[in-house]
Amino acid sequence: MIPLSWYLMLSAVLFSIGVFGFLLKRNIITIFMSIELMLNAVNLSFVAFANYWNTHPQMLPSGARMVPLSGHVFVFFVMVVAAAEAAVGLAIIISVFRTRETLNVDRVNLLKL
Amino acid sequence: MTKNLHLWVIPLLPLIGAAINGLFGRRFKNAMVSAVALLFTAASFGWAAWAVYSLWPGGLAPHIETLFPWITAGSFSAPFGFYLDQLSMIMVLVVTGVGFLIHIYSVGYMSHEGGYYRFFAYLNLFMFFMLTLVLANNYLLMFVGWEGVGLASYLLIGFYFLKDSAANAGKKAFIVNRIGDFGFLIGMFLIIQHFGSLNYDTVFNKIAEGHFAPETGWGVFTVTALCLLFGATGKSAQVPLYVWLPDAMEGPTPVSALIHAATMVTAGIYMIARSHAIFNLAPHALEIVAIIGCLTAIFAATMGLAQTDIKRVLAYSTVSQLGYMVLACGVAAYAAGIFHLMTHAFFKALLFLGAGSVIHAIGGEQDMRRMGGLRKKIPVTFWVVTIATFAIAGFPPFAGFFSKDEILGAVFHSPYGGPVLWTIGVITAGLTSFYMFRLWFMTFFGEYKPDADLGDAHLTAAVHASPAAHGATPHADSHDDDSHGHGGVHESPWIMLAPLVILAALSVVGGWVGVPQFMGGHNEIEHFLAPAMESRSAVAGEAAAPEHTESLASPIGEIGKENKGTESTSEEWLLAGTSVFAASLGLFFAWLFYYKRRELPDRITTKIHGIYTMVLHKYYVDEGYGAIFVKPLLALSTVVFWRGVDQGVIDGLVNGAGTTSKGIGNQLRRMQSGNIRSYAAWVALGGAAVIAYMVWLGVSK
Repeated sequence: MIPLSWYLMLSAVLFSIGVFGFLLKRNIITIFMSIELMLNAVNLSFVAFANYWNTHPQMLPSGARMVPLSGHVFVFFVMVVAAAEAAVGLAIIISVFRTRETLNVDRVNLLKL
Repeated sequence: MTKNLHLWVIPLLPLIGAAINGLFGRRFKNAMVSAVALLFTAASFGWAAWAVYSLWPGGLAPHIETLFPWITAGSFSAPFGFYLDQLSMIMVLVVTGVGFLIHIYSVGYMSHEGGYYRFFAYLNLFMFFMLTLVLANNYLLMFVGWEGVGLASYLLIGFYFLKDSAANAGKKAFIVNRIGDFGFLIGMFLIIQHFGSLNYDTVFNKIAEGHFAPETGWGVFTVTALCLLFGATGKSAQVPLYVWLPDAMEGPTPVSALIHAATMVTAGIYMIARSHAIFNLAPHALEIVAIIGCLTAIFAATMGLAQTDIKRVLAYSTVSQLGYMVLACGVAAYAAGIFHLMTHAFFKALLFLGAGSVIHAIGGEQDMRRMGGLRKKIPVTFWVVTIATFAIAGFPPFAGFFSKDEILGAVFHSPYGGPVLWTIGVITAGLTSFYMFRLWFMTFFGEYKPDADLGDAHLTAAVHASPAAHGATPHADSHDDDSHGHGGVHESPWIMLAPLVILAALSVVGGWVGVPQFMGGHNEIEHFLAPAMESRSAVAGEAAAPEHTESLASPIGEIGKENKGTESTSEEWLLAGTSVFAASLGLFFAWLFYYKRRELPDRITTKIHGIYTMVLHKYYVDEGYGAIFVKPLLALSTVVFWRGVDQGVIDGLVNGAGTTSKGIGNQLRRMQSGNIRSYAAWVALGGAAVIAYMVWLGVSK
């Protein structure tokens, strides 16, 4: 049995890689991938917690038994939204590339003052 | 209080006139403006005359009308009320009467001027404040009028406000008056502190009931009296604050006549006479009053000798005559002072209006060296000015003789005066006669020389606004442009001459109410004023005499005796004869220098060039004040208050607040770079901070 903390640490590492990738990379595709990485890091912690509560059932203060499935459900939601986001985001990226001939975000700054 | 006279109506009427003309006058025709101004002034005069008449036989007790409590603070309260006794009766009648005549004159004099409605609005406003001043029943309300006439004076001196010298003269008058007002204020505070009230009634009754002995040292009464005197030196143009009055001649001539000769400048004399109860208890202060009056009289008279501007000669003469009045107050002969105030109002207003008529006749010229020979051309003006000149010079039976003689007699006999002050007074009378007849001869005799080359114009220019500048006044321009384009010397219209004739009549007969007893008269004015002047102080004096030191209480008793006419008649005749002799001497020398041998003055002035230049420059008093007071104050204000406090501290604080917020903003601005990744970094940092905090919470538990 792998302890919960390992999952969380992996999740934190993945999230940090995502954050730094988002902040440091200029290629818009890489930034997009970093966002996905952060989403999936969060997904990982969701399922890790869900699994943990499943094996260590707890009583709620009200007396009802906790239903640990909510973690899995969140993950599905996140994956659906991420897929939709990927579809829209990639479409935007393609149209940006068509007009600007570049994927460098520093040069896609028409809205900046 | 037996009868309600509605005294408040007297000042209110001119205020209504001022309001109507001031607010709507711009759209009125000139005739309408003059109708409004004259109507309300005349109504005010009528009401005042009626009020005096209805008090006449039993007018012994002061008539007091309190309208409503005005200012109440703790135990102190000043009502809004009016006070009519013999003193204010004379003042009210002089102010409204002479004021009305001058209003009539102004209709003619100002008819070609711009700002016609403005002039009359100011003039009526002045009447309102002046009447408030003389009718007030407490010092505070008097002070309101006192400041108000200062305002009106400022507005009217600067009437030709496009002319720099006029605007500056207005400012000078106002500022110098403010210095005097400071003394008046301190005096009022002292009165409040010691009597708890500013009402004439309360204060004078308390003084009378207190049975104070005249002060030997520097007590409350002396200090209060000196503060009040300082106020009077400002308003009544006495040494050391007389400097504003000659410059005030920049205003239109009727203004000079009304405000700066007949009425406003006498406010200080009125105030001293009103406070006689305080002054009587302060022999030291009285002595100083007498000395200041005497100094002013002689200094101003000598300064008048060398002036060539007709209005300036009259201005210095006014200062000198005011000195006489103050001198009279200083020897506790208040009635004589008020008597001279009244006769002076008649003949000096007449002189100014006559001078105005001369100026009007020759198209705005004010320099006497360009006049001459006008006797035949403007005969009516000539005759009225002649009467006024004889009146001011002190020839019997004109008004000035009786009032001046009254003052000089009182000075001679008074313990505060004595032969020294009397001698100076007589010399001043001689000088007065000399410079007035100088004016008379230069203006009306000899040849008319409108284009005279003023050899020492450069000298004159340094002294006052040069003759050329006078020629360029709006006043002169309008006269040249309008109906006087023919350029000939012409007599003024009758609307200007009629007031002159009335004033001339008053200048002759005005003195007859004060014919002294040794000449077979009854000195009615002295007896008339006696209740207002003597009653309370006599009560105090008589009550004090037995209990306290004889020598100090006696002066007041002595004055009382003198008024009963117990002194020897021959001495009186001698005194009167001396002053008439001095006046004749002045007339003779003026005739010699300015009629018979006209080259003499030039020769004499070259011989005593140093003294002459000094007199011509008015003893460099203006320059001295400039160097001693104005320049250092200006430097202090510039360096310390402007550059130091204002620019350094206040501007520093304000600008500092501005720069600080700007700097903080400048730093904060960097957060909003428009760079999405830096925003993301902020978000990430924020998230990291929150997590770190929570972790720390968990660890520390």
